[in-house]
Amino acid sequence: MNLNIFSKSNNLLRTAASLARFYSAKPAEEIQKMVNNNKVVVFMKGVPEQPRCGFSNAVVQIMRMHGVKYEAHDVLADEALRQGIKDFSNWPTIPQVFINGEFVGGCDILLQMHRSGDLIEELEKVGIKSALLIEKEQEEEKKSP
Amino acid sequence: MQNILRSVINIPASGYVGVFPLHKSMMSQFVAPVEASIRQKLTSQLQTTHLEIINESYMHNVPKNSETHFKVVVVSNKFADLPLIKRHRLVNDILKQELNSGVHALSIIAKTPDQWNSSEQTEPSPNCRGGFGK
Repeated sequence: MNLNIFSKSNNLLRTAASLARFYSAKPAEEIQKMVNNNKVVVFMKGVPEQPRCGFSNAVVQIMRMHGVKYEAHDVLADEALRQGIKDFSNWPTIPQVFINGEFVGGCDILLQMHRSGDLIEELEKVGIKSALLIEKEQEEEKKSP
Repeated sequence: MQNILRSVINIPASGYVGVFPLHKSMMSQFVAPVEASIRQKLTSQLQTTHLEIINESYMHNVPKNSETHFKVVVVSNKFADLPLIKRHRLVNDILKQELNSGVHALSIIAKTPDQWNSSEQTEPSPNCRGGFGK
């Protein structure tokens, strides 16, 4: 009997938890402000100094290589943001990268853009010169007398 | 080391049963329903010419035989003329149900048959850093 009550209340709690999660998603207007607040905005698990997911870490490392200053938001610290950002971009996974307020993609896409050189171009469009580009130019300067 | 790891990943050529070759002593066969459903949906809706579904859950803090973290390599003519983000959206959309019911991470490689070089090796995803389950 006691067990029965326990399992019932447990089920009720679970339902409540999932409902709360649904209703507590951060509103789109608030997220819009966040993505517009900086040229590059990253939603990730953990913080750049200590990413808590390999995919988020990969994004941090790519940004570091390009010397990009960006604003990072930790979705693990804010459940409403974690759900809200997924709804906002209609993208099911974290991390998520925004450049100039526009959703660019997650880890796979950023990695591919990094490899193809598209990332350097995209950053240039918003007035950010990639550290990799600067490095390359300096090397070329050295070569030509 | 990576080669050893790769051999743990099960990539059944066909059928819905995955086998972990490393654990021969306890040779466990198990049905992988999520993997099967991903395979069925991607095959039928994208008419894939090449498809790999790699269960990377073992790399994360989840029970054995979990189906939470996947990497898919999808080669399809339907990706022609679609930018990367739209290809990813297409795959995410087809697997919406799975992503809403337990699949926590989905890494996607989406190429057209022209872009796909069969000698390419799929790299494993980055290691877990402890954030799962929070």
